[in-house]
Amino acid sequence: MTGDTIAAIATAMSASGIGIIRISGDDSMEIISKVYRSKGGKKQIKEAESHTIHYGFIYDNDTMIDEVLVMIMKGPRSYTGEDTVEIDCHGGVLAMKKVLEAVIHAGARPAEPGEFTKRAFLNGRIDLSQAEAVIDVIQAKNEYALKSSLSQLKGSVLTSIKEIRSSILYHIAYIESALDDPEHISLDGYSEKLAQTVEKEKKKIRCLADSFDEGKMIREGIRTVIVGKPNAGKSSLLNYLVGEEKAIVTDIAGTTRDVLEETIMLQGISLRMMDTAGIRATEDVVEKIGVERARAYAKDADLVLYVVDSSIPLDENDEEILEILREKKAIILLNKSDLTPVVTKEMLEARTDMPVIAISARQEQGVEILEEQIKSMFFAGELSFNDEVYITNVRHKTALEEAYQSLTMVEKSIAMEMPEDFFSIDLMNAYEALGRIVGESVGEDLVNEIFSKFCTGK
Amino acid sequence: MNKLVEYIDVAVIGAGHAGCEASLAAARLGLETMVFTVSVDSIAMMPCNPNIGGSSKGHLVKEIDALGGEMGKVIDKTFIQSKMLNKSKGPAVHSLRAQADKKNYSNTMRQVLENTPHLTIKQAEVTELIIEDGTIKGVKTYSGATYYAKAVVLCTGTYLKARCIYGDVSNYTGPNGLQAANYLTDSLKANGVEMFRFKTGTPARIDKRSIDFSKMEEQKGDERVVPFSFSTDPESVQIDQVSCWLTYTNEKTHEIIRENLDRSPLYSGMIEGTGPRYCPSIEDKVVRFADKSRHQVFIEPEGLNTNEMYVGGMSSSLPEDVQYDMYRSVPGLEHAKIVRNAYAIEYDCINPRQLMPTLEFKNIKNLFSGGQFNGSSGYEEAAAQGLIAGINAALKVKGEELLVLDRSEAYIGVLIDDLVTKENHEPYRMMTSRAEYRLLLRQDNADLRLREKGYRVGLISKEQYQDILKKEQLIKEEIERVEHVNVGASRPVQELLEQYGSTPLTSGSTLGELIRRPELNYEVLAPIDKNRPELRYDIREQVNINIKYDGYITRQLKQVEQFKKLESKKIPEDMDYDQVKSLRIEAVQKLKLYRPVSIGQASRIAGVSPADVSVLLVYLESHRA
Repeated sequence: MTGDTIAAIATAMSASGIGIIRISGDDSMEIISKVYRSKGGKKQIKEAESHTIHYGFIYDNDTMIDEVLVMIMKGPRSYTGEDTVEIDCHGGVLAMKKVLEAVIHAGARPAEPGEFTKRAFLNGRIDLSQAEAVIDVIQAKNEYALKSSLSQLKGSVLTSIKEIRSSILYHIAYIESALDDPEHISLDGYSEKLAQTVEKEKKKIRCLADSFDEGKMIREGIRTVIVGKPNAGKSSLLNYLVGEEKAIVTDIAGTTRDVLEETIMLQGISLRMMDTAGIRATEDVVEKIGVERARAYAKDADLVLYVVDSSIPLDENDEEILEILREKKAIILLNKSDLTPVVTKEMLEARTDMPVIAISARQEQGVEILEEQIKSMFFAGELSFNDEVYITNVRHKTALEEAYQSLTMVEKSIAMEMPEDFFSIDLMNAYEALGRIVGESVGEDLVNEIFSKFCTGK
Repeated sequence: MNKLVEYIDVAVIGAGHAGCEASLAAARLGLETMVFTVSVDSIAMMPCNPNIGGSSKGHLVKEIDALGGEMGKVIDKTFIQSKMLNKSKGPAVHSLRAQADKKNYSNTMRQVLENTPHLTIKQAEVTELIIEDGTIKGVKTYSGATYYAKAVVLCTGTYLKARCIYGDVSNYTGPNGLQAANYLTDSLKANGVEMFRFKTGTPARIDKRSIDFSKMEEQKGDERVVPFSFSTDPESVQIDQVSCWLTYTNEKTHEIIRENLDRSPLYSGMIEGTGPRYCPSIEDKVVRFADKSRHQVFIEPEGLNTNEMYVGGMSSSLPEDVQYDMYRSVPGLEHAKIVRNAYAIEYDCINPRQLMPTLEFKNIKNLFSGGQFNGSSGYEEAAAQGLIAGINAALKVKGEELLVLDRSEAYIGVLIDDLVTKENHEPYRMMTSRAEYRLLLRQDNADLRLREKGYRVGLISKEQYQDILKKEQLIKEEIERVEHVNVGASRPVQELLEQYGSTPLTSGSTLGELIRRPELNYEVLAPIDKNRPELRYDIREQVNINIKYDGYITRQLKQVEQFKKLESKKIPEDMDYDQVKSLRIEAVQKLKLYRPVSIGQASRIAGVSPADVSVLLVYLESHRA
C-alpha cells in the first residue's frame, strides 16, 4: 500500500525502562537514515538488511537526543506490511518525545490512533478480529488477560453464539416461508413453539452476558484444584498462597468438607485456587459429598496440585488419586518435607511423569519453586484457561444485551398476540446483534469503533 | 434494400407489461418514443394468470402507481373481482389482488398507449442493436429499417428464441403461438451480453360449461373493494364481481403425474431452461412436496366475455393425454374440456448482473432493459422494471440524474437490487420475505413513500404532489392530537372497553395508548373521541397504523438507518480491487464482475464476506481524498 510515512510512540507514555518509537511507510528507511548515526559515524543504515538491529544515536539536526537500538523490518515482513523501523530509546517521557520530534522533523507524520493496525489490516497482515484483539491487548492489565484476549472468541463462545444464531435464523426463515407459501407452511400453534425457543435462547444469552464482568479478568484464572488425602496439608498450602486464613486448618482429618475457592496472582498469572475435601473412602455422609465434589472439580481442573504427606506411606487412596490425575496437568507437592520423610521425591518420580516439588506449607518452603513451575508450564503453553464460555469484551457484552432485549420484544409481541410477521423485526435485530460478535454481520460503526479505540502507535 | 431511416429519442423493444410502462414513462416525460411489438394485438397481453397483484406483487402495482405508472389505473378499470389478501396478518403483508378481464385489460392499456402524445406504436421485429463505442445508437428491424435513438429500452419478455413445449411437442413460438423473436439474441451476444435460458409455464384453460362448480368452494371478492391506483375514486370500483372457485388435487392426480414423469420434457431433458422455484408446475410440486396429499387449485375466469377458465396452481408441460387425465382427476373437473393445453415456454434472457441499479447496461451506454428479459417473472415485476427503465432512459437523454430506489424505499428497489446484485439462476419472483423493511414498505403508504419521487421525475403532477403533502400534514396533526387526548375512567369509556373485551381503565390514558391495545383501533374509539375531525379513510388508516405499530416502526427505522450508512458509502467507478491486498481472491473476482456502486451493494454479493466488507470500508476510509 502506498501512503505517507507515519510515526508514533508505541509504548506507554510513562516513565519506564524502555520506550519504542515506531515508524511505518515507504519513507521509513529514508527517515531513519536522517536521524540515526552509528557510534563510529560510518554505518549507512539505509543499506541495512531487514530484521537487523543497530546500536547508535538519534540526532535532531546536530543535537544528539538519545542512545538507541534501531530495528529494521522491511515490508511485507513487518507488523504493518510496510517498511517499518522501531527505535528503542530510553523510556523517559521527554526522551521519547524528543526522538519522535526528530523523526517528524525528518519527514514522518504523526500517526492517527489505530493507524498502524489499520495499515496492518489493509495490507492483509491481520484480520478484523485480530485487530480487535489488539485493543484488548493494549487494555489488558496483566499477562493473563493478554493471553485471554488473544484467544478471545476461539472455541466455545463462538460455538454457543453460532448455535443461538442458527436457532433464531431458523425461526426467521420459517415465518418468512409461511408468509410466502401459506398453502404449504402453516403457522397454527407456531407462537407457542417460538416462545419456547425464545425463552431458551434468552437464557443462554443471559448466561453469556453475565459471564462478563470487568473484575472477572482478574478473578478468572486457571482453575487450579488442590487435592490430596485428608490432612495432607492442602488447606495450609492454600492459606499460605492466599495469605490469609480462609480454610480452617486443624489436625482432624476431614475438616474441609466443601470446596473453598480463592483467586491468587502468581507472577502475573491468576489462578483460581480450589481447596477440596480430602479423598478417601468414608462412611461420614457429609464428608462423602465433599469427596465426590473433589473428584468432580479435579476432573474439570486446568491444573491439579496434589498434596502428598511425605510422613505417611502411600496407600490405596493415593493410588486412586494418581489414577484420577493420569490425564491431567498436575504437580505433586511433597508436603511436610521438614519432617522425616517416608515418601521421597525419587519414589514418586519413579512412578509418574508429573513434576514433584518438596515443600513445607507450614514453614513456607519450596513455594517459590512451585510458582516457577506453574509459570513455566503456563508460558510453555502446557497450561491454558479452561473452556468455560465467558465474554471479556465490552462490545460483545453490549451486543449480547441488545440481542437479549430484542428477544424480550419478541416475547412481548407473542404475548400481545401480534401477527407473526411482526416477530421477525426483533428476531432479525437479535440475529444481527449476535452476528456482530462473531463477525458475520458488518456495520461501519464496528470498523470505526475498532480503529478509533487504539491508542496512537499501535 | 430498405433504406428507411428514422430518428427518435427513445426506442422501447416489446409492448408487454414492461414495455408499456417504459414507453409511457418516456413519452410522458416529453421524449419522442417508439414502442416496437411483433404484434399490436398482443400489447399488454396476459398470457398466463388472469390477475394483477397478489402477495407482494400488489405492493409493486401500488408503487408503480405512486410513481406515475399505468398498471394500477388499468386494472382498476378492468377488474372483475378484487380481494385484499392476508387481512388476518399484519398491515405489512396485506396485499391487493384483482382478477382481470384479460381482453379488456390489454385493450384498455393499448388505448392508453395509442392516445399518449409523443408515443408511436410500431409493429416490427427488432433484429439488431446498433452499438458504437460502447453506446447504443439505435435498432434495426427485420425489414431492414433503421431507427436511430438516443436511448433504447429492451423489454422482450419471453419472446427471444422462444419455444413452447408440452410432452414431446415443441413449437418455436412465443406465448399463445405468437411469433418469436429469433435474431436479437445473436446481436446481444455479439455485443458481449451474457445470456441465460429460463423457462416458465402456464396451466390449461378449460371450458366453463364443462366444470361442475358444485364440487368446489366459491371464492368471492371483497365486499368493499380497495382500488390499486391512488388516483382512482374508491366509489368507482364498487362493482358487481364474479367468483373464483377452489378445488384440490388428490392422490389420484399425483399418481397420474408420477406415473408419467418420464414423459415430462422437464425430466426427459428436453427443456434446458431453468424454471421458477416459487411458481412451480404441478409436476414439480408433486415431486418436491411428496408428503402433501393435496394441492390447491383455483379456477379463475379469464374475462367476462369468454368461457375460458384458468386452472391456477396446475401449470404443466406433460403430454396432452396426461393433461386430460390429470385435470379430470380433480373434483369438479371430471368432464373438463380443455380449450388450450398447458405448456412450458423457454426463452433467452440476460444475466442481470450486467445492469446497474438504474437498469442501464454497465458496458453499453444508454441501453436499458426491464421485465422478463432481465430474468424476472410476473406481470407486476415486469411493469415495475419497465417503469424504472423507461424513466431512466428518458432522464439519461435529458441529462438529468437517474432514479434509483433502494431497499428501504420500495419493493421495486428490492426487486431491482436483487436482480442486479444477487446471483439469480431462475426466473425471479417478488416475495414478501425478500423485503427486509417491509413494515415500512406497506401497500397502504406507497403514495406517501413515492409520490414525491414521481413528482421530481416528472410523472406526477404538481397538484397530485400537493395532495400528498396535504395528506402527510393531516396524518401528522391527527397523530399528534390523538396522542394527547386524555380519556378518564368514565362510564362511556369503560363500557366501550368492555364491549371490545379490553381491560377497564384504572386511571387516565391517552387515546394513543388505547389504540396500541391489540383488541382496539382508531376507528372503534370514535364514540369516546369527541373532537375527532372528519378525515378520509386512507388518512384514518395511516393514523391507526402509525400509532398502533409505532414501536415496531421505530425499530425498523433504526434498521434502515444502519442500512443507509453502508448504502451511502459509494465505491468509485474506477475502483481497483487488486490494490486492496487483504480482500480474498473470490471477493476480488466477484467485485470486479459486479462493480457495485456502494459498500451496501457490495455486502449483498454472494462471495463477498463481512470481513471483505470491513476491509473495503477501511480501505475507502483511508483513501478518501
